[in-house]
Amino acid sequence: MINNDFIKLRNISKRFNDVIAVDSLDLDISEGEFFSLLGPSGCGKTTLLRILAGFEYPTTGSVFIDNSEVTNQTPNLRPSNMVFQNYAIFPHINVQRNIEFGLRKENLSKEELNLRVKESLKMVQLEGYEERFSNQLSGGQRQRVALARALVKRPKVLLLDEPLGALDKKLREEMQIELRNLQKDLGITFIFVTHDQEEAMTMSDRVAVMNEGKILQISPPKELYNKPVNKFVSEFIGNINLLETLIIDENDKNLSLEILNIGKQNFQKNNFNSKLSENIFVALRPEEISIKKEKIETADINIKGVVKNISFYGESTYFYVKVEGIKKLLMVSNFIDQVSINENDECNLGINLEDIKLVS
Amino acid sequence: MYRKNNSLLVYCIFYFLFLYIPVFLLPIFSFNDSFHMVFPLKGFTFDWYIEMWNKARLHQALWNSIKVGVIASIISTFIALFAAKAFTRYRVKYSGLSYGAILLPFIIPEIIIAVAFIVIWTSMGLRLGLIPITISHVLYCTPFCLLILISRMDGFDKSLEEASMDLGENIFGTFWRVTFPLLLPGIIASLLLSFVISFDEFILAFFLSSSDQTLPIYMWSQLRFPKKLPHVLALGAIIIVATSFIVMLSYWFRNLGQSNSNKGSHI
Repeated sequence: MINNDFIKLRNISKRFNDVIAVDSLDLDISEGEFFSLLGPSGCGKTTLLRILAGFEYPTTGSVFIDNSEVTNQTPNLRPSNMVFQNYAIFPHINVQRNIEFGLRKENLSKEELNLRVKESLKMVQLEGYEERFSNQLSGGQRQRVALARALVKRPKVLLLDEPLGALDKKLREEMQIELRNLQKDLGITFIFVTHDQEEAMTMSDRVAVMNEGKILQISPPKELYNKPVNKFVSEFIGNINLLETLIIDENDKNLSLEILNIGKQNFQKNNFNSKLSENIFVALRPEEISIKKEKIETADINIKGVVKNISFYGESTYFYVKVEGIKKLLMVSNFIDQVSINENDECNLGINLEDIKLVS
Repeated sequence: MYRKNNSLLVYCIFYFLFLYIPVFLLPIFSFNDSFHMVFPLKGFTFDWYIEMWNKARLHQALWNSIKVGVIASIISTFIALFAAKAFTRYRVKYSGLSYGAILLPFIIPEIIIAVAFIVIWTSMGLRLGLIPITISHVLYCTPFCLLILISRMDGFDKSLEEASMDLGENIFGTFWRVTFPLLLPGIIASLLLSFVISFDEFILAFFLSSSDQTLPIYMWSQLRFPKKLPHVLALGAIIIVATSFIVMLSYWFRNLGQSNSNKGSHI
């Protein structure tokens, strides 16, 4: 049976002098889950990870790992291990002794020790590097050593602090897949901190989006993309068009909206989040708007515009469209290169009502 | 077009001559077969070195200096080690103030420290000698040690210590297995430099020694007798060579694994 509150944070706050880094936050993470903390720099995600590792103690609240409270335990007593952002490979000892470092207290024989080191180096595909020193390794190899050094301890939780940040794009994408596979094979809970939404989306079972010390949304990646709970999340994950909107009429079932410069529309209320403030926007992903020269018959709403820029990305093409009265250019993406539309051409944009999300 | 400016070269040469001629006169006259330090040189001799070798009081003074130097350098390095750790790793209250307080002996004239020390020491009814000299040398050497160790400590990543804690070591294990080996070049540099500083120190030793002479005090006491001058020159020549060697060694250790952190950062 899967333990849903394998890691349990209750009312965690962390204050540094006057700055509130983490603001009374609750969080449950299941056993064997790949969980990401995603947010802009300074949102409190790293502080939260360091609270889990034991490098910071929360100002208020408690931390539980596997049903035992660890709130005031020092890092050396916790069942978690960490992969540091800069890897923190000890420069004065070789790879073998780096990986052995955490096993000293387990009183293993020399053979067992070697076996464990071999095993973990195999896990990260770095066999034969035992004698190397940190300065003889590339960034990607250091990263693997750091991973092996943490995993050899057989932790209940592996904490990863932006471990892929320093790698180049190609290697980063390879490591993403490798990390994900490793996590599936080992069944260990991974908590992964990143500011890169793509990274979080591709690897995680669930992602928590953080801002200003609070968690705004915890969802699987797909849901995060398709049903963002507010404006911040919708903008942070992927690209989005936000159209200013006014509520004209509202009753129990229906919502009548005026999308500024586009027109009035009626919606069923239960399609949307209940918590909406006055200041609302219609949110549309670039791929949810279709573009053609002629009128789009299948669309519920047609808007006229002028194409200002076209960016070709290979698998898709982005059109930046000026619509009369709307300040920002609308982003429209198309998977097929529509050669018939050029810059400065007039065009029609089509929107289907079912794609419309409301955020505030 | 760039024209070579010879005046700077001339300045440079004069500067070094001015600095080092007096220093080089010492070894030269230490081989001169005469009691008087005047040109022209008379003849070459090892006599003064032999005479120096046979002075029992010199041996005693040398031994005293070594004792004081070794103990003072160990204690001041030890103190500086903890202070450096505190200043670089923890958010300490009044850290600016205490940092200044430790560095203060740098600025205060030695003679003032010496007078203050002798007043306190004797008013407590304690005897002058090697112990107060050692204590005052600790005070005097600690700032140097602190500066060396802080720069070393700043040079390595705090997350290495965190990684050690994370891998199950407590603070003592972390210090012994991570911090200490990484600081070792700095610690050795600090030991060597503070030993040399203590070994060469005159004013504090002059005020605080009674019958226990350190080497500089012994040399001072010999200068009153013209016939004893040559063997002091011989001694001086040896000290110059020895301390220069130690200081260079200390400098080498201090930069070990630091000038190029990607190369040879293991000790």
